[in-house]
This record gives sequence, C-alpha cells and structure tokens, in this order.
Amino acid sequence: MLLSRVANDVYWLARYAERAENTARILDVASRLSALPSTYGGTTNEWESAMIATGGEYLFRERYEEANRRNVIQFMAFDPDNPSSIYSCLATARRSARAVRTAITREMWEAINDAWLDLRRYNNESLSPRQLSEFLEGVKAACLKFDGSAFRTMLRTDAHAFFRLGTYIERGDATARILDVKYHVLLPHTDPVGGGLDYFQWSSILRGASALGAYQWVFRDSLRPWRVAELLTLRKELPRSILNCAKFTLDFLDDLANDYGRQGPAQRAARAYHARLVNSSVDAIFRDGLHEFLQAAISENNRLSATIESQYLR
Amino acid sequence: MAEFFDEMNGTGETTRPAYEIIKSWLDGVTPEQLKARSREAEMLFRRIGITFAVYGQKDAEERLIPFDLVPRVLTSGEWSAMSRGLEQRVKALNLFLADIYGAGEIIKAGVIPQELVYQNTYYRPEMVGVKVPHDIYTPVCGIDIVRVDADTFYVLEDNLRTPSGVSYMLENREVTMRIFPDLFSEHVIQPVDQYPNELLETLQSIAPRTAPSEPTVVILTPGQFNSAFYEHTFLADRLGVELVEGRDLFVRDDVVYMRTTEGPQRVDVIYRRLDDDFLDPLAFRPDSVLGVPGLLSAFRAGNVTVANAMGTGVADDKAVYTYIPEIIKFYLGEDPILNNVPTYRCREPDALKLVLDKLPELVVKTVSGSGGYGMLVGPAATKDQIEEFRAKLKADPDEFIAQPTLALSTCPTFVETGIAPRHVDLRPFVLYGSKGIKTVAGGLTRVALKEGSLVVNSSQGGGTKDTWVLA
Repeated sequence: MLLSRVANDVYWLARYAERAENTARILDVASRLSALPSTYGGTTNEWESAMIATGGEYLFRERYEEANRRNVIQFMAFDPDNPSSIYSCLATARRSARAVRTAITREMWEAINDAWLDLRRYNNESLSPRQLSEFLEGVKAACLKFDGSAFRTMLRTDAHAFFRLGTYIERGDATARILDVKYHVLLPHTDPVGGGLDYFQWSSILRGASALGAYQWVFRDSLRPWRVAELLTLRKELPRSILNCAKFTLDFLDDLANDYGRQGPAQRAARAYHARLVNSSVDAIFRDGLHEFLQAAISENNRLSATIESQYLR
Repeated sequence: MAEFFDEMNGTGETTRPAYEIIKSWLDGVTPEQLKARSREAEMLFRRIGITFAVYGQKDAEERLIPFDLVPRVLTSGEWSAMSRGLEQRVKALNLFLADIYGAGEIIKAGVIPQELVYQNTYYRPEMVGVKVPHDIYTPVCGIDIVRVDADTFYVLEDNLRTPSGVSYMLENREVTMRIFPDLFSEHVIQPVDQYPNELLETLQSIAPRTAPSEPTVVILTPGQFNSAFYEHTFLADRLGVELVEGRDLFVRDDVVYMRTTEGPQRVDVIYRRLDDDFLDPLAFRPDSVLGVPGLLSAFRAGNVTVANAMGTGVADDKAVYTYIPEIIKFYLGEDPILNNVPTYRCREPDALKLVLDKLPELVVKTVSGSGGYGMLVGPAATKDQIEEFRAKLKADPDEFIAQPTLALSTCPTFVETGIAPRHVDLRPFVLYGSKGIKTVAGGLTRVALKEGSLVVNSSQGGGTKDTWVLA
C-alpha cells in the first residue's frame, strides 16, 4: 500500500527524469545534424524539427520568434517556463524526489540531486558547441545513472512498479514522437538508398532513440527506412520499441494487480493496447499510414496514463 | 570567579567530575584535529540530509544547522531531578487543559484570571466539552530549560503545540558515536535511540477505543517547504508510518481516511506537525489548504486521536507560564520541582512600574511570540530599542512579560579561535501516553555560537550539541 500522492510523485519522478534524457537526446541529434555541410543538411531546419519532436510547438511559438539554435536550445534545455525543458524536468524530478525521500533510495536521490546541481553550472548565453555537447552528455549520463541506481537499489515493492510505469509510459511516448517527426522520410519506396541527406536523417532518428547499433545487430543491413520504423515500433529486441514499452507497462500493472488482488481499468486498457501492437505488422502500419499509427500510439499511451492516474494516483 | 556557571568548569578552575574525560580529550587534541573532525561531522550531516529552512531568508532553503563537536554532559542526579520535574509539570499542564476545556475549576477558584484563559488567542472554544482520549492533550512536549548555577535549572518555556528538534537529538548522537567511538567506550551514557519506538507506543496507546488493536498512526506534515520537513520524514521513517499531507486525508461520516493506491484506509491516530489554525478549514482558518476539512468533527466524535490536541497553545503561552507554579500546586498539591524563571507579569500595575524602571537590565518578551523574535534583551539593546519597547509596554502591557537577564550556563564549544565557552540551553522531549510519562534521558542542547550571545534559536545563528546523561 502506498499513499496515492506518494505513488503519484514516484510516477512523475520517473517520467520527468526520462523526459530530461529524451530531450537531451533530441537536442544532441539536432546539434549533430546542424553541424553537417549544407549539401548534406539540405534545407530542413534541424532545430525546428527537434523542437516539434518534443510536442512543445504551440508553447514555443507563443514565446519565441524564430526556431534557431539559440532559441531552441533555450526553450528545450533552460527555459523554466517550458515544463518539458531539461531544466524544468530536473527541477520537477528533484522536487518530487525530495517529497518522497523515504520511498526512493539514497543512490537515486544523489543521482537526481547531482544532475540538478550540475545543470546549474551551464547557461545558454555562453554555450559553445563543445560545451553544449558536454552538457547533453552530462544529462544523459546522469539520467542513466539514475535509472541504473533505481534498478540496482530500489526495493521491488509497489513503489517500484509505479516508478517503472512512469519510465515506460514516458519512453513509449518519446519513441513515437522521435519517429513521427521524420515519418515523411520513412515512406517505403523501391529506390536504392539515396544520398547522404537521407542517410543522416535516418541515422539521426536511430541515434535519438540510441538504437543505431541495435539496427545493425537486428537487421545486418544498411539503413532502410521501413526497417527503421519497424525497429522502433514493433521489434521486441529493442528495449524501447513502442511494443516493449507497452509490454513492460502491462507487466508492472499486472504486478500491482497481483499485489493488491484486484484487476482494474488500467490493466484492461494496457492489455488491449499491447494485444493490438502484437497483432499488427509493419506492412499494415505503412498501409494505414505511419503518421496515423504514431499519433494513435501517442494518444493511446496518454489515455493509459490517465487511466493509471485515476485508478491509483488520486 | 567566572561570570557564568560553566558546565565543565563550574564557577572556578576545577573540572567538574562529569567532564573529566571530555576535559582530558580536549587537552590532548589540536585545533587542526578538531577542525578535521568537524568537517567530517558536517559531511555526515549533509549526506544524511539534515537541513533547516529559515523563513524569510533567500537561498537558505537547505542550510545546515551547525553542529558542535563537544558534548554537553548531565549527571544522573541532575537528570533524575529534572525528569521528575518534567513529569510533574506535564501532568499538571494536562490537568489544566482538561479543566479549562471542562468545568473551569481553577478559574472559579480564582487562581488564574479568567480573561488570560478564555480570551487567549490560543484558546479554542471548539474544544469545550470534547472528550480527549485519556485526558492526554499533549502526548508530545518539549520543555526548554536553562541552567544558572550548579543547582538551579529553570524552565524557560513549555512547547506544547508542535515542538521540533527531536531528530537533531537522535542524529547528533549518531554522528558523535561515529566520530568519537573512544569517548563512548570510556563513559556509560544513557541511550536515546529508543525514542522513535517510545513515540510510536505513546501514540498507539491513545488511539480511540474503537480502533483496532494495531491502530493506524500517521504523521501529518504541512509539506516539504516547512522548516521542519526533514524531521517529519525522519520520524515517519523511524516509526514506520505514513507521512501524510492534508490532501492525503479526507473525512467521511466523521471518520478519517487516507487516500492510497489500494483505496481509502482508515486512520486512527494523527501525529500532526501542523498548527491549529491550519488543521481544519471548516473549523479554523477557512483559507487553509494544508488541513483536512472535517477533522475537528471526527475528533469530537471520538473516531480519531489528534496529537497534540487542538487548543494546547493556551497552556504554553507566556502569560499563562507565569502561573504554572500555582497550576502545579492547585492540581497536584505539590511544590514545583522545576522552577520558572522569576517573571514579572506586566499586566499587573506594580510589576509594570518595576519593569519600566529596570528596562535596560531585563529581557522583555511578547506573550505569544516564539523563536526569539519580537523580544528585547535590555543589556544588549540600544537606547532607541529600549525606548521603543517602553512605548510598546505602556500601550499594551498585557502583551508582555519581563524576566531578569539570565546568566545562562556556558559549555565548551569549538569556534574559530579554538575551544571557548558559549551559552547553552536544553530541550528535553517528554512523551505522555496512557501508560504514563516518559522522558528520554537527554534532549537537544542548543548553543549560541556568537560570543556573549544568549539567543540559541537555530533561526538566529544557534547550533546544537549532543547531550549526554551519565548512567
């Protein structure tokens, strides 16, 4: 048994830590692509697509004029008024962690607290590309450490289940968003693999999901767009595929149901979502539209989160 | 002869027997070694996470309370007299509270002016006629004590609402034992670590009659921005109970429940660390978002115990304080074992005249203030400050009491210049359950780190020490 508020804080602690890492990944990809010579980079604005990928476009347009390097980094990394900026994610995660110090371990607290203290050493105005990369690596490393310390030190009680539910709901959402931003270059076509531009676009998606190496292992093939999509949506080898995030979400919900002796709407919704993913194929996804599929996954994931919240967290 | 009684050296140059081992340790240690140990202690505290928020100070959210390495020592004789005095005092105060929210015998007998009680800001008419389990209003108290010479301890203040500091008592001991294991092998020191266990037993012992044999106890906190939040999480952890906020609780049909991931769970005892004003927006401050609507009604219905009860503040108010010797006598027929600091009641014209004459020598306090704010320390004050207080006193004498400037005892303390005497007080923690009164042997010693300062409050530059009671 857990206080609903505590379970809620643990859940959002995991979500915000995960979101900080995903935002850092997306910024890292944008930074890599923008460093390419324009013959490779084409006309697309990498900073703009990075910003759109995080789902913050509406807020961004309200607050900034142009989607350039400075503004997007400010918005996604340091803006305290953007609830999904790395700054806000770490601040919120730390605040939640502080409120539930007794439900998490010292290692987890130290990881998130160090990440927060470290973040405050940086400021956008004097950030060279090198420092940006150092900063983003720092955020990724800190989040990895946080995740690892949860894995290694957290008691396997219901608090752990809520923590992991937060991780996988957020991760599934991020995987879908990263893919959706570039869905237009992933449409299947029979042409041989195109020039440098395409290659970098696809590899950037894989990097954003830290799945570039995984692609080579799973397919032993050069980059093919529909396979990139398949890897990130339906492959069970990739830990963060949409399918796996749904599966782990279901597993932890089942753990809770066993613990508490009661199945509820969240379990039913997660089971239905997972079953639909298991029964779909990459062919069907392309037939019906990748973008539509991803949008549906994002909203189904959101609904699942809302069901979890109303069943346990209020 | 020294100006102040020193805990280690008394009034002369001879070391008091209780401090012999401390003295020889201090003689053999260099300032560099002490500095290193001091840093070690600070690191331990930082890692444990003891922090203390000072209201109104920017960026002070996570400041550490300074910890002084040199323990303060009490002999078993000193302690046993003190603990008997504490027991007597707390018993009398609870009888007083039951009386003023009941028949009011003490007022009818003319022992204490009725307006001091019934018009007191902290008197809660809502509590009249409420049956408090076992008539225990204050299961948890902290009584502030000062020493002025070898034999005289005075009660400076009673804290009957939500006294804090007990986590420092426990952590200070833990850190001292880790840093100076040798000192502990040479002394037989009474333990304090059983406090959390005794607190839990105390709280369970006053559960409502309808509660199950293992009642559900929770700690109610105002939340993480409260200055004592660390202590709240610390206690919840040590007691193994839920730390709840107001929004975690709700009242249905006069029964209190907490919202959990397994649905509503009934709550039997609430150890609240939230002031009366904020406890129940339906009964007290309607704008409180920290409290639980309907809590008072559930309490009145006898379905939940709130510890401490509402309305106990009337008994630790500084105006009522002056009557405590009479209160003890009235209910117990005994002379007080622990005395009050001699105090002038400015509400009495003769006393007021005396106070105004001797203002530069006196300490003047508002009857409702706490934390060392809003007081005048005559000998340390400027002429303007004294005149300001003179005007205040004349305008509203009922609001003030005055006391002689106390010669607070000093204790060796590690400061910039080495070991030097600094003024200390002591807050022992008293638990009152259905099986009686218990006081853990020790308490929180607070020390004024500034040379000559008599203000030990942590919000104003005070530190803390481990407190030893020898067996």
